[in-house]
This record gives sequence, structure tokens and C-alpha cells, in this order.
Amino acid sequence: MSTATTTATERPVFYEVEEHAHPEGSSTALGFWIYLMSDCLIFACLFAVYGVLGSNYAAGPGPKDLFELPLVALNTTMLLLSSITYGFAMLTMEKNRVRQTQIWLAITGLFGLAFLGIELHEFHTLIEMGATPQRSAFLSAFFTLVGTHGLHVTFGTIWLVTLMVQVGRRGLIASNRRRLMCLSMFWHFLDVIWIGVFTFVYLMGMLR
Amino acid sequence: MTEYPVPTSPIFGRLTLDALPLHEPIVVVTFLVVAMGGIAVLGAITYFRLWGYLWKEWFTSVDHKKIGIMYMVLGIIMLLRGFADAIMMRAQQAIAFNGSEGYLPAHHYDQIFTAHGMIMIFFVAMPLVTGLMNFVVPLQIGARDVSFPFLNNFSFWMTTCGAVLVMASLFIGEFAKTGWLAYPPLSGIGYSPDPGVDYYIWALQIAGVGTLLSGVNLICTIVKMRAPGMTMMKMPVFTWTALCTNVLIVAAFPVLTAVLVLLSLDRYVGTNFFTNDFGGNPMMYVNLIWIWGHPEVYILILPVFGIFSEVTSTFSGKKLFGYTSMVYATVVITILSYLVWLHHFFTMGSGASVNSFFGITTMIISIPTGAKMFNWLFTMYRGRIRFELPMMWTIAFMLTFVIGGMTGVLLAVPPADFVLHNSLFLVAHFHNVIIGGVVFGLFAGMAYWFPKAFGFRLNEFWGKCSFWFWVVGFYFAFMPLYVLGLMGVTRRLRVFDDPSLHIWFILAAFGAFLIALGIACFLVQIFVSIRDREKLRDVTGDPWNGRTLEWATSSPPPDYNFAFTPVIHDGDAWADMKSRGYTRPLEGFRPIHMPKNTGAGIILAGICLVLGFALVWYIWWLAALSFVALLVVAIGHTFDYNRDFFIPADEVARCEAERTRLLAGQVQA
Amino acid sequence: MSRFRPIAVLPLLLALGGCNFVVLDPTGDIAAQQRDLLVVSTLLMLLIILPVMALTVFFAWKYRQSNTTARYEPDWHHSTQLELVIWAAPLLIIICLGALTWMGTHLLDPYRPLDRIAADTPVPADVKPLEIQVVALDWKWLFIYPEQGVATVNQLAVPVDRPVSFRITSSSVMNAFYVPTLAGMIYAMPGMETKLHAVANAPGESRGFSANYSGAGFSGMFFGFKALPAAEFDAWLAENRASAEGLTKAAYLELEKPSENVPVRRFGTVEPALFNAVVNMCVDTGKMCMAEMTAIDARGGLGLAGIHNVLPLTYDKYARRGTVLGGKAGYVVGVCSPEELAQRTVSAATSPRSLAPVKGAGLALPGFTPISLPAAPAGPRAPSNI
Repeated sequence: MSTATTTATERPVFYEVEEHAHPEGSSTALGFWIYLMSDCLIFACLFAVYGVLGSNYAAGPGPKDLFELPLVALNTTMLLLSSITYGFAMLTMEKNRVRQTQIWLAITGLFGLAFLGIELHEFHTLIEMGATPQRSAFLSAFFTLVGTHGLHVTFGTIWLVTLMVQVGRRGLIASNRRRLMCLSMFWHFLDVIWIGVFTFVYLMGMLR
Repeated sequence: MTEYPVPTSPIFGRLTLDALPLHEPIVVVTFLVVAMGGIAVLGAITYFRLWGYLWKEWFTSVDHKKIGIMYMVLGIIMLLRGFADAIMMRAQQAIAFNGSEGYLPAHHYDQIFTAHGMIMIFFVAMPLVTGLMNFVVPLQIGARDVSFPFLNNFSFWMTTCGAVLVMASLFIGEFAKTGWLAYPPLSGIGYSPDPGVDYYIWALQIAGVGTLLSGVNLICTIVKMRAPGMTMMKMPVFTWTALCTNVLIVAAFPVLTAVLVLLSLDRYVGTNFFTNDFGGNPMMYVNLIWIWGHPEVYILILPVFGIFSEVTSTFSGKKLFGYTSMVYATVVITILSYLVWLHHFFTMGSGASVNSFFGITTMIISIPTGAKMFNWLFTMYRGRIRFELPMMWTIAFMLTFVIGGMTGVLLAVPPADFVLHNSLFLVAHFHNVIIGGVVFGLFAGMAYWFPKAFGFRLNEFWGKCSFWFWVVGFYFAFMPLYVLGLMGVTRRLRVFDDPSLHIWFILAAFGAFLIALGIACFLVQIFVSIRDREKLRDVTGDPWNGRTLEWATSSPPPDYNFAFTPVIHDGDAWADMKSRGYTRPLEGFRPIHMPKNTGAGIILAGICLVLGFALVWYIWWLAALSFVALLVVAIGHTFDYNRDFFIPADEVARCEAERTRLLAGQVQA
Repeated sequence: MSRFRPIAVLPLLLALGGCNFVVLDPTGDIAAQQRDLLVVSTLLMLLIILPVMALTVFFAWKYRQSNTTARYEPDWHHSTQLELVIWAAPLLIIICLGALTWMGTHLLDPYRPLDRIAADTPVPADVKPLEIQVVALDWKWLFIYPEQGVATVNQLAVPVDRPVSFRITSSSVMNAFYVPTLAGMIYAMPGMETKLHAVANAPGESRGFSANYSGAGFSGMFFGFKALPAAEFDAWLAENRASAEGLTKAAYLELEKPSENVPVRRFGTVEPALFNAVVNMCVDTGKMCMAEMTAIDARGGLGLAGIHNVLPLTYDKYARRGTVLGGKAGYVVGVCSPEELAQRTVSAATSPRSLAPVKGAGLALPGFTPISLPAAPAGPRAPSNI
């Protein structure tokens, strides 16, 4: 640098004098999106596996023998409603209403639990019948795909409760808003995945 | 006939004293050496009271530079393990002729080649590549740290814990005997009931989480945190390749996670994804694992292409030739790497049209790769090439890699693959591209950026010794394998009865011995460089007359990297600044916002390690306990809102004044 | 045999005496064509590889720092013409190579029956390919000659100049069937059948092996390969026929158990349709054949009644299997009568998988001949070897 000579051209700006604020978590939304896409790929694999193995019943029962569409429809309703209520929570969050946000979050959580309850009931019934994941490749793929989604909802619910505690403690501060926004993306993402499960596994399974 | 699953005890699962390989003298000796070495290191740390320092300054550090360096240390340590496996294999194959069984029984040999492949890819190449990206990328784009510093620390420890689990398998139980990709049904519970494959699965799952998160992190960093003025087409090529690599990581590793989950379900729960019976389909595993596995190859090689680009341009004293086509070539390779996975199993009977499709897509990849090669060539053209160590590695790479590229395209021709698949020709090919490409590149990168990381250069003499041993050793070790492949010898064989093959295996073993000397010289080089650090000291921060932003700051860079955020006008930002009369700002410093260190990463990863170990050995209570602990600690960590602090302006001023003093001293001297 | 023979000899001259570059100097027409492709591709690529290597060395030498007479243009970094060349040159080579690949892959598809036995000799009209059934066992090879009714372990013989059609499967894990002198390899996989067509053009002995790692005994999993003139081949068959041993299902189940470095064994008789039972994984009586299972699955499975059509697995090659959380392993019990089963496996052998075209889920599946199922599943039969 000591050897560098100043050229005649006007000297350009080589650094910023003012420290420009890098708001904490400015790339969280992007990062979380990327994570969701990677998660989406896990589901894509599970869907593909179900696509390959979905008709290998090993001379056991097929979808028509096992699925109860009304129950699944009810289940789908629960999850879709939970997405709507999460939307309301985000709207009230925008208006900075802590209490209302908390209420909507609680309702969302209850819908989530209802969804999980129904799914567990479905699994329990199947296993009681003997239609276990071990019985055929179709059932292995079915339990894994639907179960992975269920596990995601479970973690989403735990996360939701955690956030409710954190909002209760600190209110809707910037960090908490960001976290609520991430969970919101996660929750809606699970909804989208479920639409895929409902269509691809249940509806098409009944038609097969 | 043994009954599987074996009975498990409620406390220790299936872990019994028999799991300790006391009857295998090689393992016992290894254990003693490792244990004594470990005790010596731990003792030294305790004696010199370094625990507090290590914990505060390194283990819990969220500084991308320190994490990068820790990745490199991990990679080098695991290189020793992976290479020990390699030389044992070479020795076995050189001995086991004329009726000799060699010195390794199948039980041991099969674990060694599995561990060698898996360790070299996941715990040597990956940490070294990730480490370099971690260290260099934020500096090259003028950022103060990565987007998610805590996640970065956590990623590192997850990778490390995966490595620890693999190492544990050496002394507690055994490792997989399946080959490094663990194809079912062989890796299924029926044919591999031992804990080996479980070690394999959980080590990869734990390390895979780390890799994936670090991928997300670096993408965000590159997309969001570039210095003002640095448009995408002004990014240094290494940053470009890092971006593409991390996109590949994020898009490929979920597939590995998914396929390993399915394999573990088959092994633990008795599902039927990859079984022979009940409608399972083992071919699906082969497809899925290679949908991850092929991009993985490019995850390793792309950043190394970036290193060579930086090195060639710096040491030729020229701007990189054809920057734009270099970037497009990288992007094209990134996309194409997803369309070629089937070339790993042409011989599985896919049919001619499918095979030729995948064969041709594979060949198409050689077009952008060839373009890159020419770009380096024309960067050297009309340059002033300084043959420092990094440039020597680059030339060796260019000469070696084209051979590997050629044999690669050869293997992409399905009818040729029918006679060469799974042969030693194939083994020679991928070592040719991985050693001749990735390893040479990593050595170039280490020699190139070492002064930046530590403030002194690496010793030249020992570096050259290492270079020549490696390069010559490589040719001795792998050219015979090409020959053997053409003689119809396949991989993973333990004993041979055709005496005409013997000489080639002896040559290969000799080559491996030369490489061992190369590694030894490398270690000596590091030792000597640290000893003579005052002589090798570089205070300019720019020992190579570099061209990109990382050379604009001091070596080692301060915690905050840049006192003022740089503004970029040109692709070779630092060369541009130097040529247009940049002067270092000496006053007006502001407090700098930085993330705080945290121990959460190492604790969480440690719990994952316990969880993995418990699952391998069916110790259910421990698995449940560690899983709950994982949740509790993770949630607990989110209650910590106090994650950042400001480096006061005074402190920044003091740091910068010190640099000014050093630079002034340099001018007088 | 080919214009590339001289090239194949080249490394032989360079190498030490006694080395056998079998991949470069095979005796079978298929392997020879594969070798030709290998050599042509290498030469094509050397067109670009060699100049690159030469230029690397030349530029590195010419533009070294100490050579101050060489031109130095630090800002020269772009040239559209040059860029066109450096993208076009590899592209052209890949276009040539791609065309070669496309043709070669289709012509040398292992599933494609041969139309020639040597470069200018088409297959005579009256010659039928010799069928050989290959089973990869742990860790040895079983070869069944169905038309001749003999079988061997770890020894494969074929008549010279007669096309051979291999049907290949495996009993437990993945292997690859590879005779370098004869033709390229193809995987042998359990429950699946792969095919390979090849011809030996010169008498001689060499060996074949598994080219895909398959477990502890893998290194010893090779077999002698003999290409014999017709008369000697008949003598060889007669030698096998003379063996008192017969390959019955029971003998097969005994043979299939893991063993290493197995010497050659001969079977004078072979139970008909054994290979089909192996492919269908139902040699063990009582186990449902894959073909039957596929047929049932194509009709939507056996419904809830099918859930319990499973018996615990008592016999297996290694051990009693099962998983720690999933309990003991089982097997699906066949519902066809033994006669139907035999018929079923034979007819299904040509297509163990349903070949029905994939249709939209709402459409009816194409016509399917239902197999005669008992009205209610007959009570599960006990496996023979409890």
C-alpha cells in the first residue's frame, strides 16, 4: 500500500464511513425458506418412495381396505383451519395485540393437536387390525410419509407452545415477531405438504 | 445359529464386553496408541491450563475464521485415520498372494474399506472444503461473519460428533462391512445384523445435519451479506463456487437424510423399503443414494475449482481469463450434476435408452469442465507465473485432473462401463479426480490462505517435499490400478491367486508409502512453520500480492474482519483498490456489532452424539433421555435473547493502530 | 478379429511379461466390441487432452516469472473468439462421443439378442442361443443348463461360436456377473432377473467372478470359465450328467447356505422350473411366489383377510431374522395350490413383473387373467422345514 501511487482520476469511495446497521436476523427469512425447501426435498423423496412402493401390498390390504376418507377429510379440515387461525394470529401480531395473538396461537395449537389426535387414532386402528408398517412395502411407505408429516406437526406444536411462552414473557418484540413469522412459514408449509398427502395418498389411493 | 435380534439388556442394550475387540491385536495396538496420544494431549492441555482458553476462544466461538480453522484441524486429523485405513488395504493387497491370506481377515478388511471411503469423503474432504469456505467466503465478500454465527458453531460440532461416532466404532463394536454406500440388502438387518451399519447410519445422520445447516448458512451469507457494490457478477470465483456448492448441499443432503432414515427404519422397525420380501425394492436405495452421491462429488470439486481460479490468477499476476464463462460453467455443472446419477449403475439393467441418456448427460458435464481448464490455461498465458507452493499444486492438478476427467468420460460410455464398472480402473478414476482434484486443491488452498489465517507463511522446503511425495506417490499408487482394472481386477478383493498381478499391487503399495511420506512432510511443514513463525511472519496481510478482498485486511484478520465495510467497484476488488490508490482509513472508527460466543452448539451436538451411540447399541433409556435433553437444551437456548454485543470504537482503534505500526515497520525494513 | 487388435497389444508390450490385459484382449465378440468402443473413446479424448497437457507445461514454462522476455499483459482477460473455441472444442468431441455412445449402448445392450457371432459372421438361422441360468449364491455361482438338465457350481462352460443367453438372479444380496473375456458385467439381484447375451469366439479357459462386493466370502466368489469346441462341450455336458447328485429344491436350499471358496460341483439332474422358483423367491415351499404376489397386488391385494396371511420365518440363510422394534420376521404364505403354483411360476418367469401399461388411476386396468383364488384363503400351510 505504501507503494501505491495516487492516480490522477478522482478517487473512488473504497469503504463506508458510517456503520450501516445489519439488523439482527435480516437473513433469517431467506435462511428459513432455504431450510424449508430442503425439508420439502425430504418429503419429495418420501413421496417418490410411496410412488414406487405404493402398490406393493405383498398380498395384503390396499388403500381401499384401510383408509377411512371421512376421517381423513375431518383431519384435513383441522389442519386447514389451523392454518387460517395462524393467519389471524399473524394479522393480530401486525396490529401489536399480544393477547389476541396469544389466543389465536392457542386455537391454532388446539387444531394441531386435534389433527395429531385423529392421525394417531387412525394409526392405532390400522395397527390394531394388523396393518402394521412391517406388513408390506405399501404400508411402510404410507406410515413413513404420513408419520413424518405428523412428526413435523408435533415439533411445530412444541415450537408453538414455546413461542407462546416467549411472547408471554417479552411481548411482541422484533425477535419474537421474526420467530412467529418463521413458524408461520413452517406451519403453512406443512399444510401444503398435507394437501399433497391427502391427494396423492388418500384420494388417489381410494381411486386406485 | 445365532438368533437375531440379539437379546438386549435394559441397561446396556446389546452392548456387552464382547463388543470390545480385545481379540484383534491390530485394533488393540491402535487403541493403545490412540489412547496414549489422547492422554498426552489432554494432559498437556491440562498442564498448560488451556481448557479455559480453548473453551472460551475456540469451542464456543462463533467467529467464522476460528470455526473454519477447527474444520481444517478436524479434516487433517481424520485424514490420518482415513489414510491409515488406505495403507492397511494396500499392504493387505500387496501381501495376499500365492496362497497367503494376508494379515487382515475378511471381518476386519471389509470394515477398513468401508471406513476408508466413508471417512475420506465425509470427514476429510467435507470438513476441509467447508472449513476453507467458512474461513474465506465472509472475508472475500467483505462481511463480518456469516448470517447465522451460532448455527455455524453448531454445524461444526455436529460434523465433529459424527466423526467421533465413527472413531468410537473402532474400539467399541465394529464398523459397517458393506462398502461405503451400504447397498441393501447387504446392509439390511438380515445380512448385517451387527452394529456396524448402525454406526454408519447415525454418524452420517449427525454429520449430515451439520453439513446441511452450514449449507443454508453460507448461501444466506453470500446472498445477503456481500459488501456494497459487489454484484453477483463481481463476486470472486471462489465465492461463486462456494455458492453453487452450498446450493448443491442443500439440494442433495436431504435425499441422504431421507434414504438413511428409510434404511434405519428397515433395520430397527422391520419396514420393507429395501428388503427382498414384502414388496421392498433394493434398487430404489441405489437410485436414491446416488441422487445424493453424485452431486456430492461436485460439492467437493466445485470449491476446489474456485481455489484454483484464485491461485492461478494471483500467481500469474493477471485477471482471471473468462470470468463470465467460468461462472456459467460452474452454474451449468451445478445443474447437470443432478442429471447423471444413473451412470453409477449402468450395469443394473436399466435399458439402452436410459443408459445412453445418462451417459451423454455425464459427458456433457465435461464441456464446462473443459472450458474451465482452458480458462486457467489462458490465465497463465501472458502472465508472470510465480511458482510458489499453491501454484505448483495447481499445475500438478491441471496435468493430473485431465487424466481423471478422461477416464471419467470413458466410464460414462455405458458399453465401456460394462467392462470397467466396479473394477480397479474405476477406483483409480475416482482417486484420480479426488486426489488429483480435491486434495491437490485443498493443499493449494491451505498453502494459499494459511498466511491469512495465522499471519505467517508455511515453510517452503517441507511444503515442496510434501508436494513431490504426494504427486509422485499418487502416480505410483493409482496408475497401477488403471492397469489392473484393464486386467479385469475388481475392487474390494482381499486375496488374489494370479501371480502376474502381484507386481502392480506392490507398486501401488509403494505409491501409498510415498503418499504417507507426503503426509508426514505436511505435518513437519506445519510444525516447522509454527516453530519458525517469526521468520515467516507476514505483516502486510497481503503476502502474495492478492487480488480479492480477504487480502485487504490484516493477517490474521481482527475479530470484526474489516474496520469499515469495504465498497466494491471491480471483480478483483483488492487489486482494483491497490491500483487506484486506496489508503487505509486511520480514524473515525465506530463500535462494531458482533455476535456473542455460546456453548449451546457444542452441548447440543454432544447430546446428539450420546443419542446416536444409544441408538446404535439399543440403549433405549439413554436414547430417550438424550432426546428429551436435546429438546430441552434447544428450547432453552431460544430463551437466550442476549446474543450480541458491540466491540467498542476504542478497541477497534487500538487494533487498527497496532496494524499501522506493523505496516510502518515493514516499510522501513 | 478387429482393426484395434494392434492397439490392444501395445500395453502388453510395455508391461511385464505374463500380464493378461483381458479387458483389452478378450475372446468374445461382445467384449471385443466393448473394448473397441473403449479404445475409440480414449483416442477421441486424447485429441483434446494431449494438447491441454502440452499447453499447460508450455505456458507454465514460457510465462515463468524469471522469463522477463515473455509478454506480460496483466489486464488481458477476455477474448470472444477464444471463448468460442474453448467451448466448441470439447462440445464437438462430446457430440462425436455422444453419437458413438448412443449407437454403442443400443447395439451392445446386454438384453439384446445377438445378431452376429463375429464382426462379419451373422448368427446362422438354425442356431438357437444356448440358455444358461445363473444364480449368485453366498458365495459361489450356480449355473443351470435347463435344456440339458445339468447344473454346476463355480464352473461355466459354453460352446464356441454359439450365442449364449444368460438369465441371471441372486439368492440374497446384490452381485455382478462378470466374465471379462466374454462380455461386460450385469448385476445379479434377488427377486429380479437380468439378462446377458454373449458369444465366445475362441476356445480357452479364463475365469469369471462377482464384480459387486457381497460380503465376507466375496474374494473367493469366482468360477472357471471354459469356451469349448462343440464336441468338447458335449463331453463336458456328459461329464456333468454322470454326476449322481441331483439339484432338487431341497438340495438347492442346502446349497444356498453361505459357504466360501467352494470347489466345483456337478449336478446330473435339475428339478424343472427351479430357476423360476429362485427368481420368484419361493423355493421354500409355502412361501408366496413373487409372480403370484404381483398378480394379487395388481388386483388390489387380498384385502383385510390378507393381513394375517403371514407366518413367522424360521428358516433363513444366516439366522432367524427380525428387528429389535419390529419383532420377528415373517413370510407371506402362498395361496395357490402346488399345481397352480408350478404353472404360475413357469408362465410368469418370462415377465415376473406386471407389464400392464401405467394408466390413470380412474381408468380400469387392462384385461387381466385372474388366477383361480380359493373363495376364502385356505388356512396357511406350514412351511416344510419347521
